This record gives sequence, structure tokens and C-alpha cells, in this order.
Amino acid sequence: MLVLCPEVPTPGFSFENCKRNALLENKGFTVPKATKTGTTIVGIIYKDGVILGADTRATEDTTVADKNCEKIHYLAPNICCGAGTAADTEMTTQMIASQLELHKLYTNRVCRVATANQLLKQYLFRYQGHIGAALILGGVDVDGPHLYQIYPHGSSDHLPFITMGSGSLAAMSVFESGWKPNLDEEAGVLLVRNAIAAGVFNDLGSGSNIDVCIIRKGSTDYRRTYDEANKKGIRQASYRYPRGTTRVLSTKIVDVEEVSVQRIEPERMDTA
Amino acid sequence: MPPIFSGHPTMLEENDWRNAAHSTGTSIMAAEFAGGVIIGADSRTTTGAYIANRVSDKLTRITDHIYCCRSGSAADTQAIADIVSYHLNFHGMELGEEPLVEVGAAIFRELCYNYRDSLMAGILVAGWDKKKGGQIYSVPIGGMCVRQPVSIGGSGSSYVYGYVDANFKPNMSKDECIQFVTNTLALAMSRDGSSGGVIRLGIITEKGVERRVILGDQLPKFYED
Repeated sequence: MLVLCPEVPTPGFSFENCKRNALLENKGFTVPKATKTGTTIVGIIYKDGVILGADTRATEDTTVADKNCEKIHYLAPNICCGAGTAADTEMTTQMIASQLELHKLYTNRVCRVATANQLLKQYLFRYQGHIGAALILGGVDVDGPHLYQIYPHGSSDHLPFITMGSGSLAAMSVFESGWKPNLDEEAGVLLVRNAIAAGVFNDLGSGSNIDVCIIRKGSTDYRRTYDEANKKGIRQASYRYPRGTTRVLSTKIVDVEEVSVQRIEPERMDTA
Repeated sequence: MPPIFSGHPTMLEENDWRNAAHSTGTSIMAAEFAGGVIIGADSRTTTGAYIANRVSDKLTRITDHIYCCRSGSAADTQAIADIVSYHLNFHGMELGEEPLVEVGAAIFRELCYNYRDSLMAGILVAGWDKKKGGQIYSVPIGGMCVRQPVSIGGSGSSYVYGYVDANFKPNMSKDECIQFVTNTLALAMSRDGSSGGVIRLGIITEKGVERRVILGDQLPKFYED
């Protein structure tokens, strides 16, 4: 009978769980939240290329989940991607990185930053903002250095300096007062360091170390833990108390009674 | 909201910048003149109350002779513009000549109408073609398409309808029309909080497009007190 009249499953998505979740929520069940990472990520264009910067704090609600995580992802040899927000960014950048590698093999040319931007924004737009990837895309290609700001809904901007994440306001104040066209590398890296430090010190969602990535024409320099914004202090003295600091007022010794041990022989299981 | 000394910042919770869709509270306009059209826009992009980009370019190239002014969601309008650009490029190759502005507007309308429930996009399509010269088509939120000799859009436009009605004249000279567009946008930007920055202009004629920028300190001044 099943061969003649097979049970065909209903095509398409099943939204059963959505209804169930809505019901549970109405009854007062608190829905578990996705891990969001408060972040400070920045990028600038300087004389010979682009510089990206990021803090290294990952948060899970109010707790610091990772004190030293990596937020600058590899996209292609000449393109990097500073990122914020959850696991989405990691998976998105990995997938686009693989597409870019195949594209490079297919065309036999160095990837353009505009290509990476188009791939990312079209992917994110398809998911209507449900993929929470907020990215700063930077790289150097045949037409020079490029820096893009990409939002989760799939919009992008092409700018000379960018900040993103919960610490973006603090970092932007550093850029707005310090950024100039054609900065040299030393001044550029210092500006990026200061912008991330502003995020680390003024935004609770950002913290720990500063990662910097410098992309020049023909070379990429990833400086993991470029700076520790706030080093842990060293204790000035030992706070351990020597033995006998607390005075023994009285002593009482109690004899423990002997405990009898009874051994039970294991019985065979009836397998007949 | 008062500053909190202990506990967690509320910024990371509900009023997060990531939850606010990126949109262009905007002032955009386009006007026909003798010989072509002039398009103009402010340069402000906002996420909630934060200015995400103060030098944005809302005048987007579709073909060499067709441009669009974007208002509404930045993601939606960029995606639509990319798709129309692709279609018109393809159409231009099949045709062997420059596509008509009305064809461009029709593709915009098709997308904006079919996806009217999921899109937030108010677009002005402007350009020049051999058949009808300089033209402007307005494609507002529901997916209508209508030709107008002058058109304004975005949140800032509501402040300047009267100014446009009082000052637009058909067949103005290029310089006269540039001044008219600049004045209109400056007035809209000064009254609308989500518009501002610089004025970006595009003059589309038979010869193609000429782009201009009017910096914040060079904007025309009106009554300010």
C-alpha cells in the first residue's frame, strides 16, 4: 500500500516551532538570546594602503566570554575583514573567502575589494538582516586601497575611515579629530590604536587587547595583540598570612569509632 | 536616559544600532531644464540618531545617461539599483544603443511594485535619451511610476513643496536650474533633521553626466534666526 500511495512530506519550511515558541513566550518563558559581541572595529585608508583595527573582547550578555578573541578575519591575501557580532561574521567571511579563492583561480587575477563587497552585500541582503554580520572590509587591489562599511541588512558605503560596533562612537571621535589624507604608516597605526583604545576604555562591550592589520600593495601585515590597552598590575607585596597568625584558643581531640565493613558476595544473574 | 555607573549598558540591549535598519532620511530632487535634467541630493545616512555616513552619494549611476536618486532603506535601494543597472546593461547590449529612461523607470517600477510589501524605497529615475530628451520619473513607495518635469523626494521634501511650486519654470538655463536645485535642497536640509551634509549634484545632458559638490560652508543661506 505504501508503495502505491507513498506518504509525501509537505514541501517547504515547517513553522511549527515558531507557533510553539510564541505560545511559550506568552506564558512567560524567557527566550534564550544569541551571543552578541559588543565591539570596536575600525579601518582607515593611509598613504600606502589600509589599516584595520579591532579590540579582542567577546561578550555573552554581561560576562566576558573570551578575553582575547580574533575579530580580523582573512578574506583573500590582499583583503581582510574586521568584524563584529556573533558567529555569523565568522561563517560569512569563511564562505566568502572560499568564493573569492575560487574566483581568483577561475579568472587568474588578484581579487578586487569591490568583488568582495558585492558578494557580501548580496549575501546579507538575501537574509534581510537576519545574519547579523556588520563588517569593515579593507584591501588593496589594482585600483589602489579600498575600505567598505557593510551593514547586516546589505547596504554598503565606500569611505576613507570607518568605525563600527558599540564602541564606534568613541572611536569615531578619534578619527574625526585626527584623520588626514595620506597619513604615513606610523601615524596611521597610532591613530588606529588610539581609536580602538577609545572604544576599549569608554565602551563596556569592548575591551582587552588591540589587534591591527596593515594591508599594503603586495604585502599584508597582521599584528595580533599589537598593544595591550590595559596591562594587569603587579601586586606590591605578599598578602599571605604566616602560620600561627591566628591564636589557638582551645583544643579538643575526639576519637573516631571503628567502622565495621560488611562484605556482600555478588550473586550470579539468572540467565537460564 | 541617565548615565548608569554599575550594571550593563542598555546600549547593548534593545536600542542597539544593529537593530535599527540603515536608512536614508533624505532630501532628493530632480528637475528638467533646457537640454537635460539636474539631479541633487544631500549626503546624510542615519542609523537611528547616529549619522553613519556624512558624505554619502545617493545619486547612483544606472547607465551613462540614466541616474537615480535613492531614498528609504539604504540596503533596499542599493540592491534595487544594482539589479536595474544589470538589466539595463544587458538590454543596452541587446539593443546596441543607449537604453531609454522610460525603460529604466519601468524596471524600477516592476521591482518596487512586485516587492512592495518587503521594500522601503522611494526612487527618482532621471536621465537623457534620444527619444524624449531629459526626463524624470518618480517611483514612490507603493511602486507607482509617473513622469514629472520636476520632482522631490525623501523626508526633507515635505518642507519645500511650496518653494518648488513657486520657483520652478520649464526650460530654465543650466545655471538657473542648478541654482534652483541647490536652493531647494539647502532649504530642505536646514529644516529636516535627517538631511544634511553637502549637496551632491548631477547634470545629465546628451554629453553624459557632470558631477558637482557644494560643500557645507558654501551652501546658500536664507533666513536664519
